[in-house]
Amino acid sequence: MASVDKKPSVQITVSDGALIPDRAEKDLFSAWRISFFGAITLLVLFPVISPTPYLDILRFVPDGILTTFQVTVVSIVFALIIGLFTGLGRVSRITIINRIATVYVEVIRGIPLLVQLFYIYFALGQFVIVPRMGAAVIAMSVCYGAYMGEIFRAGILAIPKGQMEAALALGLSRSQAMRKVILPQTLRMVLPPIGNEFIALLKDSSLVSILAVSDLLRRGREYAATTFRYFETYTIIALIYLVMTLFFSKLVSIMEERLERNGR
Amino acid sequence: MDANRTDSNAPAPGYVRPRVRITNATKLFGRHAEIQALRDVSLDVAAGEVVLIIGPSGSGKSTLLRSVNRLETLTSGSIWVDEDEVTDQRGDIRRIREEVGMVFQSFNLFPHLSAIQNIMLGPTTVKKQHRDEVFPRARALLARVGLADKENAYPGQLSGGQQQRVAIARALAMNPKVMLFDEPTSALDPEMIKEVLDVMLDLARDGMTMLVVSHEMGFARAAADRVVFMDEGQIIEHGPPAQLFDTPREERTRKFLKHIL
Repeated sequence: MASVDKKPSVQITVSDGALIPDRAEKDLFSAWRISFFGAITLLVLFPVISPTPYLDILRFVPDGILTTFQVTVVSIVFALIIGLFTGLGRVSRITIINRIATVYVEVIRGIPLLVQLFYIYFALGQFVIVPRMGAAVIAMSVCYGAYMGEIFRAGILAIPKGQMEAALALGLSRSQAMRKVILPQTLRMVLPPIGNEFIALLKDSSLVSILAVSDLLRRGREYAATTFRYFETYTIIALIYLVMTLFFSKLVSIMEERLERNGR
Repeated sequence: MDANRTDSNAPAPGYVRPRVRITNATKLFGRHAEIQALRDVSLDVAAGEVVLIIGPSGSGKSTLLRSVNRLETLTSGSIWVDEDEVTDQRGDIRRIREEVGMVFQSFNLFPHLSAIQNIMLGPTTVKKQHRDEVFPRARALLARVGLADKENAYPGQLSGGQQQRVAIARALAMNPKVMLFDEPTSALDPEMIKEVLDVMLDLARDGMTMLVVSHEMGFARAAADRVVFMDEGQIIEHGPPAQLFDTPREERTRKFLKHIL
């Protein structure tokens, strides 16, 4: 191994995602198992014990799950694109680009997502008609794009300075060096925090039900409103969200382990 | 510098243009430009010459070296590589950098690329050469630095000495006219220093123009045409290795040599 490795061991941690289970942390790992399998057991047990209303609820909400996924996946894709450019803008040497990216991040992070949703759908809706689903996706991507931007920025800055210098010394332009040398390394580094954001976005996507987008939560509301079975409905909704986020956090932790094993 | 420009346009008869010409290089650091990294340094390096730069840390030797491909920008003064002025801010620095290879203390190999990919990146990206054309050359370069069997190894799987040899091959892949070495063996374990110096020795014998910041006396005596001693941002003295090491003229040089020998 290299006797001098200038690369600092940087780990990017994001606090707002679900807890990521890691084999090394025994307590957390068993907590994950208890929650995940507990939730699944309950989801099976309730309908078996009393099919009405639990089985009815489970039959009623699946298209909501689908919508939740759609909103989440489409938003995360756009958020990634926005985030990549924002991150590049944040490290740009061109003042005006840097300023724009930084102001964007500051403004978006300073406004609650719920307010942003209202703003795009209702406030801007006075001037342009945005379909509900469109407004939901735009608001989520613009909001998460800002957070993604900060992740990309941290990832880019975490690459040792010598990498850019070596690329420039070969005759690469800055943008070539970015594309061929810096970003490929950044991508591996930011994958885990991006997974985290995905989980956070999945949870926050429940906010779009406020725009009457029929996501999981909205479908629950619709069912509860007609049957007045609030306790049963929201118990199921909560359990489904829990299973989804725990499932994805497990996926992220597997991905992290893989990266660690293959990396350097 | 106008004077330089005229003599580069109309060289005097018998005049041989130096491969690298550094004229009155001055570099100031700090918020109020209070740190003088380089103070009026002038140095010519002829084609095929091997020049070793020594001096205490903070003497400006790395800054001088890094100015030659403009990884550092001078405050004033000029640097030329053949007919191209490095310090001309309007000039195309990338074209000059293609012709100036650089080897770093910490190797700076690209960790996400294999040894052969590290070597091929420059020619394929900068010179837009086709992979099929670059590949055999990259392999030959790997063989030249004694790593023919490490083609697909990633930097993380190589020892420090091996990494540095790949880094040299990577720089050579651009067919540079000049090679800059910034303390190439300082980060290496003692048993790996020789393998890197051997590659550099081989390069020197091949007639490569080399500017080397290093305190490797053995290499200096074997390969260097000239040793330059720097202190506090200035060139204190320079001369052939035997003369500078054995009979230094300046007291400061003597003191420094006593420390490192």
